[in-house]
Amino acid sequence: MQKEKKKKQQSLHKRKSDLSIAHKQLEKLSNGIFANGNLPTFQQKISETQQFPLRPNTLEILQINLGYMCNQVCAHCHVDAGPDRKEIMTRETMEQCLEVIRSTSAHTLDLTGGAPEMNPNFRWFVEEASKAGVRDFIVRSNLTIIRANKKYYDLPEFFKKHNVHVISSMPHWTRGKTDRQRGTGVFDQSIKALQELNTIGYGIPDSNLRLDLVYNPSGAFLPGNQKEMEGDFKKALMEDFNIQFHQLFAITNLPISRFLDYLIASENYEDYMYQLVDAYNPAAVQNVMCRNTLSVSWDGYLYDCDFNQMLELKVASKVQHISEYNETILQDRNIIVSQHCYGCTAGAGSSCQGTVIGQ
Amino acid sequence: MSKSNYYDPADLRKFGNITNWSKELGEKFFEYYNKVFEEGALTAREKSLIALAVSHTEMCPYCIDAYTKDGLQRGITKEEMMEAVHVGAAIKSGATLVHGVQMMNKVNKLEM
Repeated sequence: MQKEKKKKQQSLHKRKSDLSIAHKQLEKLSNGIFANGNLPTFQQKISETQQFPLRPNTLEILQINLGYMCNQVCAHCHVDAGPDRKEIMTRETMEQCLEVIRSTSAHTLDLTGGAPEMNPNFRWFVEEASKAGVRDFIVRSNLTIIRANKKYYDLPEFFKKHNVHVISSMPHWTRGKTDRQRGTGVFDQSIKALQELNTIGYGIPDSNLRLDLVYNPSGAFLPGNQKEMEGDFKKALMEDFNIQFHQLFAITNLPISRFLDYLIASENYEDYMYQLVDAYNPAAVQNVMCRNTLSVSWDGYLYDCDFNQMLELKVASKVQHISEYNETILQDRNIIVSQHCYGCTAGAGSSCQGTVIGQ
Repeated sequence: MSKSNYYDPADLRKFGNITNWSKELGEKFFEYYNKVFEEGALTAREKSLIALAVSHTEMCPYCIDAYTKDGLQRGITKEEMMEAVHVGAAIKSGATLVHGVQMMNKVNKLEM
């Protein structure tokens, strides 16, 4: 029992699990039900509607991963982040990112991790990046980091000072579901962090201090209707804890990394893939996030999305690193797809900004 | 060794195939079915819980799987699901017991 608990608190990387290796994940996603013809590959599926190869639209979002270090070990984490991950972006790479931020046509800057705040250069980077005048400056905060340690207690005020748009994960309005997915005690700490953010003006309906929540299903099922879920979350969090927030983004769990590990261990993998393929929506393909986003990894490499980053599928371009960034060359590429992409095209679609089709 | 279960969870995915052997009736059924579960005077969430309770009283494993998953997708908690099952169970047992009145009537009529 103790051994199992300890295992859950470690990343796949630390456990030296096969699934911490990108090509092993890709093998799993290419073989079995996809190789034997029971299910069509994603490429076959989008080819039916002449949507292959998938090409980028105008770049709108630059998503930068500041490192895989995190104070939580969430059961579904596609980054395989955790306290035992040491990969973090250096100041030199951040400086290269800043040059790009100053010149890019993208209007949104999206900082993610791990817990991006754990990067020792995080505040310096935010201060410098905020001067670049991006329209929407997002930090994906896991909430508990705000309460993890004294040195983070002033983060809400720091966010406010730089008008950062805070987006935070919250799997459910009940303790049990949240703690099962994100770790024991996470719910209570998240509630306190949300209350602190509300106190300084974040998430209040007319406030321009934006606070959005992300909902990921806590298991092998797809998210429900985003608007309905948002209503349920708002009602429950207000009634139980007097908490307000702006929007809820419902995100589908993609079958990679720790969620893939969970799917296989719980014998849900095949059923989940059938669900994703059954729910495939060709209309969602038009708006998948890889078409308007570029993802930068902690070591400065460029990817079509955060998920391709974790599968080590670098952009199919002669420009592959932030140090040689050239938007024109990068835009002239084919987006790399595999079976995990079914996750972004199921139902109303899924992206870091929630569904991609109006509900 | 061949599988010989009466109920195979994978068969649920083939439910739509019933139209293969009777297109018109199958399509009419699904049209009706889908209409029933649309948001109406009752919310889709309430309908999902009713469906879950009825799935149990009808003892349909396919329906139980389908509406348990549907409930999770809607954010319905396991406590709410179990309460719905108890509502079904109460009606089922109540329906059995209320026939006891018929038995009592019969006894009273037949006995001296």
